[in-house]
Amino acid sequence: MTDWKFTVRQLAKNPLSLMGIIIIIVFAILAIFAPLIAPTPENQRDPYLIPRDGYSATPQPPSEEHIWGTTEGQYDIFYGVMWGTRSAFRVGLVVVGIVLVIGIVLGSLAGYFGGIIDEIIMRITDIFLAFPALILAMAIVSSIGPSLRSVMIALIVVSWPSYARLIRGDILQVREEDYIEASRGLGASSARVIIRHALPNAIYPTLIMASLDIGAIVLAAAALSFLGLGAPEGYADWGQLTSFARNWIVGPPNNPLKYWYAVTIPGLFILFFVLGWNLLGDAFRDIFDPRLARR
Amino acid sequence: MELRAYIIRRLFLLIPVLFGVTLFIFGITMLFSPIERASLYVTSARQMSDIPQLIETYGLDRPFYVQYGTWISQVFHGNLGWSRVVGMPVWDAIWNFLPATLELAIFAAPLIVLIGIFLGTQAAAHKDRPIDHGTRVLSILGWSLPTFWLGLILIMLFYGYFRGLLPPGRLSIQTDMMIHAADFVRYTRINTIDAILNLNGTVLLDAIRHLILPIVTLTVVQMAFIMRLMRSSMLESLGKGYVLTARAKGLAERVVVNKHARRNALIPVITVSGYVFAGLANGVVITETIFTYKGIGWWAWQSAVRLDIASVLGFALFNAFLFVLVNLVVDVLYTRVDPRVRLGGAVQ
Repeated sequence: MTDWKFTVRQLAKNPLSLMGIIIIIVFAILAIFAPLIAPTPENQRDPYLIPRDGYSATPQPPSEEHIWGTTEGQYDIFYGVMWGTRSAFRVGLVVVGIVLVIGIVLGSLAGYFGGIIDEIIMRITDIFLAFPALILAMAIVSSIGPSLRSVMIALIVVSWPSYARLIRGDILQVREEDYIEASRGLGASSARVIIRHALPNAIYPTLIMASLDIGAIVLAAAALSFLGLGAPEGYADWGQLTSFARNWIVGPPNNPLKYWYAVTIPGLFILFFVLGWNLLGDAFRDIFDPRLARR
Repeated sequence: MELRAYIIRRLFLLIPVLFGVTLFIFGITMLFSPIERASLYVTSARQMSDIPQLIETYGLDRPFYVQYGTWISQVFHGNLGWSRVVGMPVWDAIWNFLPATLELAIFAAPLIVLIGIFLGTQAAAHKDRPIDHGTRVLSILGWSLPTFWLGLILIMLFYGYFRGLLPPGRLSIQTDMMIHAADFVRYTRINTIDAILNLNGTVLLDAIRHLILPIVTLTVVQMAFIMRLMRSSMLESLGKGYVLTARAKGLAERVVVNKHARRNALIPVITVSGYVFAGLANGVVITETIFTYKGIGWWAWQSAVRLDIASVLGFALFNAFLFVLVNLVVDVLYTRVDPRVRLGGAVQ
């Protein structure tokens, strides 16, 4: 595919997108090697629970034992953000993966068959798109009970309609092409025509949208966790680590920035993770924005 | 005439959407037991004490479609249930908290749109020059910033480091007493406007002091989005024939950019006003939570955390109705601004 070669060349040419790729690779390394970078204490069963050193509320500054300090409740910040990288990747990839599948199936059914099927699926997407996304997600999470799984379910529910719409539009465009007509004439089943001929020619923009969306999904999940609707207490999750710091934003009068590490570190992890995906996405968008066609 | 027919048809098309929205919300409530669902129908604290009576009255053990009928007629009568968190009907809670949120929105929305359009135009007019790269980095950064974290950092600096310069909350205690005094008339319950109407400078200054950080937090992320959109729309417009004509006539570059290119580039930006609304609606929940700014978003957060279902779903429903309405207005505006849009084809 010449498209791929073109894409790769463009990505490598642009310093911003190169930076995006590097950021994501660094995070991937952190996630894969989390057990080596921040070893789980031996007596602990679930590695995703952040080890705590006592029960005092006041965050403790970086020390030899806790190199990035501890946050409210004596949770180790370094351990939390390292294992939190895994949580971030999991939320982003799982949500986007499932949304892609739902979107592709419903979108191609709607686009390919048209008529009443199209009408029904599109009216359903209208309903979901009638809500501001985060508000609907919040309502769903608090209805099915706050947890990381609920957050993922809620984000899937609010995200799939845009994917279904995008795929539908692109299938609609290729549906009238000669090669589709030809394969139908040869007696191929609808399923075969969609999977072998229509989808491969229509899916590219959707895959790009998916890669852009990972950052936004992780950001939304972090926001829900921050609001207290996500991971259970003590689970390695950036949003929750930030919310632990909420009561310690302003230190004592003689040292107002005393607890800076508690809020700054987890926030920077979220920022850079999302930034990595967005830098990559921004480059993609420029390459594929048809209005700024290759000149 | 044509326009009126278009609006009427659009209104009809809203019916299935709104029906679906209510059905979906009601479907969520069916996840709960009748006892928990009773709060959806209550209008006073006294009623909550006799839940079996409520289940009986509203038929909460009857089939789905019967219950939906009962519920929707309640909603149409303005009864969205009982907000446990604030101890008043959900509808009253919405009206009670709305002015505070509107106060944020009336400042944030114009800022988002104006700054976004200005920077987007500048970036496109100076494509591949420092200002283009600068705004690009700014917008990607803004787009990646966790709103809640930005808010916390701002508090850390402007409340902590600068010793109480810009405090969280909506008003200081003394000023809050002032607006509740007998001689202060709260016309709108939007503090800045009321302060001006009452000619009270102290309240006005204090209100503004509390508004700055939440507005900055709300604006940054949204603005980044409008800026990018304006840039690409502007680039497209600058490549058009009429821009070439304007240049060939020898018009000054500033006139070409501002008069000829930008006017046309603004059209796609209008459609985005709908997104700005959604962005603000999502944004106020987080912003108001961080700054303990007691508006509708703060109330929604309190309700969500304490699993006050009637409030959370009432809030979601209210937002969906508003959002649908905003999108309708945007579409109608769009046909007015851009004569090329045929009214018949606009639905597709």
